[in-house]
Amino acid sequence: MERTKAWKTFPFAKLERSGMEAEEMVRPHTSYLKDVWRAFKRRKTALVSAVILLILVVLVLFGPMMNPYNYYSNDYTAINSPPTAQHWFGTDTLGRDLWTRVWVGGRVSLLIAILATLFPFLIGMVMGGISGYFGGKVDMIMMRCIDILMGIPAMIYNILLIVVLGSGNISTLIIAFTLTGWMGSARAARGMVLQIKAREFVMASKTLGASPARIIFRHLLPNTLGIMVVGVTLTIPMIIFAEAFLSFIGLGVAPPNPSWGQLISIAAEVFKSYPYQFIIPCAFVSLTMLCFNLLGDGLRDALDPKLRA
Amino acid sequence: MADQVLFELKSVSKHFQVKNAGVLKAVNGVSLTIYKGETLGLVGESGCGKTTLGHTMVKLYKNDGGMITYKGRDIWDFNRRQNMNYHKNVQIIYQDPYASLNPLHVVRQSIAEGLEIHKLYKGKKRTERVMELLRMVGLNQEHANRFPHEFSGGQRQRIGIARALAVEPEIIICDEPVSALDVSIQAQIVNLIMRLQREIGLSYLFITHDLSLVKQISDRIAVMYLGAIVELAPAQSLYEHHYHPYTSALLSAIPIPDPEVEKKRKRIMLSGDVPNPINLGGGCSFRSRCPKAAKRCELECPQLKEITPGHFAACHFAE
Repeated sequence: MERTKAWKTFPFAKLERSGMEAEEMVRPHTSYLKDVWRAFKRRKTALVSAVILLILVVLVLFGPMMNPYNYYSNDYTAINSPPTAQHWFGTDTLGRDLWTRVWVGGRVSLLIAILATLFPFLIGMVMGGISGYFGGKVDMIMMRCIDILMGIPAMIYNILLIVVLGSGNISTLIIAFTLTGWMGSARAARGMVLQIKAREFVMASKTLGASPARIIFRHLLPNTLGIMVVGVTLTIPMIIFAEAFLSFIGLGVAPPNPSWGQLISIAAEVFKSYPYQFIIPCAFVSLTMLCFNLLGDGLRDALDPKLRA
Repeated sequence: MADQVLFELKSVSKHFQVKNAGVLKAVNGVSLTIYKGETLGLVGESGCGKTTLGHTMVKLYKNDGGMITYKGRDIWDFNRRQNMNYHKNVQIIYQDPYASLNPLHVVRQSIAEGLEIHKLYKGKKRTERVMELLRMVGLNQEHANRFPHEFSGGQRQRIGIARALAVEPEIIICDEPVSALDVSIQAQIVNLIMRLQREIGLSYLFITHDLSLVKQISDRIAVMYLGAIVELAPAQSLYEHHYHPYTSALLSAIPIPDPEVEKKRKRIMLSGDVPNPINLGGGCSFRSRCPKAAKRCELECPQLKEITPGHFAACHFAE
């Protein structure tokens, strides 16, 4: 009884509200990159990998300046010297300082790795974007061409190209890797474009009269970029390895220019007597590849659209 | 209501080839007229081709049969300039506010896209225009530099509306703009859409499956069933007299917000399912569920005919 009375005396009053007022926003403003960074920070292995890579890049850039030697002059008083206070990583069979050679070689290896990954990715994304957006016959023809090109084993193709283009310089390697490497990313980009182009913001752009180029470059490709970046970081170690392999069999960078593969190749001949000459560049190749792989994994998790609203 | 015709659809069809199954006639001979300044409601159940029709009108699909004319000209006969002009004048608001904005573009970029494409308003004026549009749809200027994922569904729909309004269109096709929102927000968005019509004098093709909503906002209503218009009438007239049994069934399904009346409400329950829209035979497509179905309905497909002035129905028994 008491309750009924209370109900009667304090009826619910209708609140005035304007239908036009949109809801307020409470969440502070965060940018896309900030969100990614927050997710990335939580993956410790990826973070550590990124830091190690950063240190490697600094050493590659400034390492050669830290001692008085250069990568090509010989010190006949210290041939095959083990690591000492003068020669921090020792010297090779011609008395060249290995500390300097490792970092100068790292410049070459990383430069090739980064450029020979970026170029094929850019080409692949544009190709995949065109193929996926237009679909139909265009898509069919482009995909069959890619199938055929992918049917040729990449390493044979690479070696042939290097033989034709002339071995021994960096640009040859980059061109060869670009020509053999764009197909995979074209396929990946096409797949993502096919998914994204059915989304309504792409249709909205079309109904506004946007040109295909605008749709591909403003809407489709930028939205594949997050996942493509992961592909890039995972391809870099493969290119480092391929470059090392080609240099090892004498098709890479010509001596006296060092690269990591070149250093390993020279050191392999004296591996039993002077293992440090072999182990040191090997260790850096392995470390770099491992870090790029772990970084790629971490980025994939951080950028995964399924973990983000 | 001015009598200037904006859109005229003459037995428009859009068919899809379905692998190993045949032809899906999503839109099958639709004839409609949309006048300047009016709101034409298009209702029908899921899968009846409402959205396909809307998308055909904004040239996302090319119609397989029939003709769509805009201000008297076939929309597929435009030259480049006329085509751009068409895209400026005919805009669409999409159903899913979560998929209709590019996640990488801040609101300002999304809204300004049409301005960029059509080279409207240069430099500082363009920013001012974006701010004005934000105000028009009830958002703040601080929202301009935020990303879509920071907004709620209703707010995103407002952004979608601002994007469509930016190019000053004559007609907006609203493709179920509120069906993904919850009811309180639905009211806000519908009020916004109607206010904009009063202020700017827009025309709407309002696609929805919400019958009580369409009654509120439409001047005329078209009822669609399996790719065809079965009844077309001024809103008031349709709710007072309906001649097609499908319309009657639909209208009887509207709940009434009064428990006393609601209890007495009689629903017409349709028996049977929607027939497979792939490879429909001849005859009336509604006959499998129609209480009035007769021999004639199997043989002959009923055409839209004028029952009373301005009120059309496609049923053999309509009088």
